[in-house]
Amino acid sequence: MNVLAATLRKLGAMAIDGVWGLGFASRFFLAVLRYSGQSFRRLPLTIREIYFSGVLSLLIILVSGLFVGLVLGLQGYDILQRFGSSDALGVMVSLSLLRELGPVVAGLLFASRAGSAVTAEIGLMKTTEQLQAMDMMAVNPLARVVAPRFWGGVISMPLLAAMFSAMGIFGGWLIGVVAIGVDDGAFWSQMRAAVDFRYDVLNGVIKSFVFGVAVSWIAVFQGYDCQPTAEGVSRAITRTVVYSALAILALDFVLTSFMFRGL
Amino acid sequence: MSRATLDLWVGLFVALGLAAVIFLAVKVGSYSSVSRSSSYSVRASFDDIGGLKVRAPVKSAGVVVGRVGSIRLDQKIYRAIVRLDINEDYKFPADTGASILTSGVLGEQYIGLNPGGDEEVLKKGDRLQFTQSAMVLEKLIGQFMFNKAAEPPAPAR
Repeated sequence: MNVLAATLRKLGAMAIDGVWGLGFASRFFLAVLRYSGQSFRRLPLTIREIYFSGVLSLLIILVSGLFVGLVLGLQGYDILQRFGSSDALGVMVSLSLLRELGPVVAGLLFASRAGSAVTAEIGLMKTTEQLQAMDMMAVNPLARVVAPRFWGGVISMPLLAAMFSAMGIFGGWLIGVVAIGVDDGAFWSQMRAAVDFRYDVLNGVIKSFVFGVAVSWIAVFQGYDCQPTAEGVSRAITRTVVYSALAILALDFVLTSFMFRGL
Repeated sequence: MSRATLDLWVGLFVALGLAAVIFLAVKVGSYSSVSRSSSYSVRASFDDIGGLKVRAPVKSAGVVVGRVGSIRLDQKIYRAIVRLDINEDYKFPADTGASILTSGVLGEQYIGLNPGGDEEVLKKGDRLQFTQSAMVLEKLIGQFMFNKAAEPPAPAR
């Protein structure tokens, strides 16, 4: 009986903690939105964050995009040539990149490259009591530290995903047309016939924007919410990467089921 | 890092990102896709649409002139009612026929328009009079076997 009660109590505590954490995160999100006016009035703050989370992620995004495109080119050609439709390689590479791989893989890379850095920075600022010091000087840390990092991530993410897709299509073109010898004209014309700007490209951009909001939100929240110890910061960074990956994949499923029903 | 260098890098980054979006829009995607520009819709009813899907192309002489807007079943006559969204730029005679065709062996199904000779042109909400259903492989095979069975047996040699 005691064991049962203890188990139930544990379950209840977990549920309450979960709801409380979600509520806190949501209120934090609203507070960030409320105080984000300053990150646009004082644009250099946000530009600095775009530099750190966007420009410095360029290398990993472009190189990964190229290699994903190269692999898609090889695998796609292998499958398509069995059906005698290797001309459709461009369609396959571009659609899989624009709809799924571009936003998702760029989002995962962004979470581990930039999201973790943001969490570490804010977490260390909290641990070394810089955030409290700002509060003492009547500088709102949400407006000065958190909001610019949030918006830097939100702005960078769709641009990075678009570059990832473009780079991937270039990689697929390199393998398909340059290396294997698929007809150049058929590659591009079939791609253009199959890819619709609003249906495929714009939906991919919307996806990457949503992922950008999710990852940036998780990153700044985990940094702000972390235990102010060395261990706490490291745990917060781990949570940022894990939660971001889960959020991206789950959101991707939800968005895909709304966007591409195939009906 | 100085302010100017920072601005330069971020400017380069944003320009690259926008260039990627424009590349995807212009080079990869068809920005001026027929389905999204202004169109008028006409209806056609078919006995059997086979594997026709919404957003399948509507072609005339092989040129894409529109898209399939919606497909539903008419509960009174039990025929499929297909809405065709045809680009405003293309006018067709009122007695144009529609048939469901397949591009290639494994290709998708599309609607082919066969223009008639009428002076009047199709208007929004018109109904196509002449339609030809999709070829369903099972039916064709069934018909072939039925005809084969009806033939008198070949004389024994």
